[in-house]
Amino acid sequence: MTPTGYFLEHLWLIPLFPLVSAALMLLFGRRLPNAVVSVLCVGSVGLSFIFALGAVARLLSADPEYRVTQHILFAWLTPGQMQMSSGHLVRFTADWGYLLDPLSSVMVLVVTGVGFLIHIYSIGYMGHEGGYYRFFGYMNLFMFSMLTLVLANNMLLMFVGWEGVGLCSYLLIGFYFLKKSASDAGKKAFIVNRIGDAGFILGILLTAVTFGTIRFTSTGLANVAADSGIRQALEAAVGAHALAAGAPVLTTIALLLFVGACGKSAQIPLYVWLPDAMEGPTPVSALIHAATMVTAGVYMVARMNALYQLAPFALDVVAVVGAITAIFAASMALVQNDIKKVLAYSTISQLGYMFLALGVGAFAAGIFHLTTHAFFKALLFLGAGSVIHAMSGEQDIRKMGGLWRKIPTTARTFGIATLAIAGIFPFAGFFSKDEILGRAFDRFFALWVVGFITAALTAFYMFRLFFLTFIGHCRADEHVEKHIHESPHPMTVPLLILAGLSAIGGWIGWPAVLGGENRFERFLDPVLTGVIPETGAVSIAHHAVAKELGLMLASLAVVALGFWLAYEFYCSKRLAPELAARRFPWLYNLLFHKYYVDEIYDAAFVDRTKDLGTLLGRFDAKVIDGVGVDGTGWLARFTSKLSMWWDKWIIDGLLNFGAKLTQLLSFPIRFLQTGTFSSYALLILVGLAILLVYYQQHLHVVLRGAR
Amino acid sequence: MLPIGHYLFLGLALFIIGVIGVVTRRNVIVILMSIELILNAVNINLVAFSRLYGDVAGQVFALFIIADAAAEAAVGLGIIIAFFRNRETVLEDEMDLLKW
Repeated sequence: MTPTGYFLEHLWLIPLFPLVSAALMLLFGRRLPNAVVSVLCVGSVGLSFIFALGAVARLLSADPEYRVTQHILFAWLTPGQMQMSSGHLVRFTADWGYLLDPLSSVMVLVVTGVGFLIHIYSIGYMGHEGGYYRFFGYMNLFMFSMLTLVLANNMLLMFVGWEGVGLCSYLLIGFYFLKKSASDAGKKAFIVNRIGDAGFILGILLTAVTFGTIRFTSTGLANVAADSGIRQALEAAVGAHALAAGAPVLTTIALLLFVGACGKSAQIPLYVWLPDAMEGPTPVSALIHAATMVTAGVYMVARMNALYQLAPFALDVVAVVGAITAIFAASMALVQNDIKKVLAYSTISQLGYMFLALGVGAFAAGIFHLTTHAFFKALLFLGAGSVIHAMSGEQDIRKMGGLWRKIPTTARTFGIATLAIAGIFPFAGFFSKDEILGRAFDRFFALWVVGFITAALTAFYMFRLFFLTFIGHCRADEHVEKHIHESPHPMTVPLLILAGLSAIGGWIGWPAVLGGENRFERFLDPVLTGVIPETGAVSIAHHAVAKELGLMLASLAVVALGFWLAYEFYCSKRLAPELAARRFPWLYNLLFHKYYVDEIYDAAFVDRTKDLGTLLGRFDAKVIDGVGVDGTGWLARFTSKLSMWWDKWIIDGLLNFGAKLTQLLSFPIRFLQTGTFSSYALLILVGLAILLVYYQQHLHVVLRGAR
Repeated sequence: MLPIGHYLFLGLALFIIGVIGVVTRRNVIVILMSIELILNAVNINLVAFSRLYGDVAGQVFALFIIADAAAEAAVGLGIIIAFFRNRETVLEDEMDLLKW
């Protein structure tokens, strides 16, 4: 039976709460006291979390095959005729509708849950910063966009959320906009994401003309036949043998969408914005650039899994890009000295893991890693924020050390997160990473090797970070050292909760080989099954227990190796990192300068764009201004000269001729008109005299009469 | 009673003084004053003939002329002030803008 209930009926309230408070903040926030801002913004996300919990609980109460609910609020793009590439006319529409199925349940819980904790943390972390209301306004706007993204029932609405989170990311990276590096980083993130978005929107358009719909699925809708979904369209096309697995159009759509995912989820070659994005406040890094937004690409690929499973080549591309990104980013993280930069490269690397999982068809494992990663990476960032807070803004791990006793809560929770990300049993990261490595091993050995080495690198750089920050003696300045203090409760409580999740959060996917039943994967299965069973790479692989245990032990061993190396280098100091750097200077330089990718991009794209700009500028100056503007000006002057000549000699000439004629005709009389008053008076007198003389007889009569 | 000739002579003298003033003086205010003289010369004539013929119409007419002279002086002085504001002169030979 399809589940119903208050929370499922009111799914639309989940994104609405943060939207309302974001609107309030951005319109009236300046006038509100900080306490009101905190209550409103954190409360709205908390409400969303409660509603999400309620909705997912209702969903779970139904049988697995009925765990879908879809509500269309209104037709957003009004239905219209569209011609598909096959020549059929279809009624195309995009709704404003929300879809809750196991996949979006996981996402919505991660987003609201982790988001809520980070909002609480922000009360403490941002308490002394200017623009408190602005920060929370943007954060809530982000929550709205992210929830729209994960709850969207069609690609276009997902794209709205996708762009919304990109905008908020830009605004929050550039939160300290007076700092040039911060505003530059914001712009970089925005522009690099545009490249990905171009691919995404092309993918959407191609989907629309291929399938005639952009709705993900029609399950849960009243009129299943009329309101088709991509999944149903795919089923129909494959059933009618119109499309087969590996059809070029499917591969093209999948690759275009993956370009979008690469941009948002910071995969090679579009990962360059994420390290720079660390300019934003630390809670932003935790929420947007670790736990939620950057995983949007993973979610999107998983959401489109039915299509990807019919495009094996695209899946291979996803896997290879993911694997390469994982190992590249991990190697760059080895030598970074900024605590947040290490975590940023670590995030890119872990996202690479997720794409590796998707690429080998282990969609559930990818989402599983997304979830556990959200826990421990958010915790790592929040812990880093707490460390930075304690160190009065210092981010360089070379100037830290010995913080274990000084900020015990932060240190212990950070330690748990480090264990989790390194993949040590039984912390969260172990289960998800092991799942991915196992599936990669089944698919292609080389991918497993890459993931395996990355696991060692991950353990190394994370323990390096941990040792340099918390162990040893303090290398900070004296006045900074004196000032070191544990963070306030709003910051430590989220740390403790996330530490708990990082420790036991992986148990929801306890694998069968260790006596569990991998509930997480079973929960997601209904959404992630392929259209045709034989291409369904997600069908749970049942490899031998011995092999699976062997792989687990191998990855534990390699993690231990990474841990041991980090210990020898940075804790016991039996090995000196400087020596290693001197032994392999070129390798160290290559890593330290992040493979010179930024420089290469600058030379290849940024400078070329600038050259193009210069060229266009010169074109403007010479052709547009020179020929166009100046030429028009010359022409106008020429015609005006002609017209002036005409005016002067013909129009004025006629008038002047009339005037001259009048002057000529008036020749003698003109001189009577002297313009002098007295001469007129004299003339009047003379006239009078003439009249008198002329009428003198009458005058005589008058005078005589008078006498 | 004085014969009419005396009055007429006085009127004529006033009239000639007025005409000479109008024709020869440059200051417009003086010209205006001269015109007043001319009008008053006419008034004397009118009143003289009125008395001679015993007809009161002449005196009434003189009153009209006095009223008219007052109006004319007001308007004339107004024009002169407006003109002075523009040209900063009240000399009639400098008022030659209409001449081409």
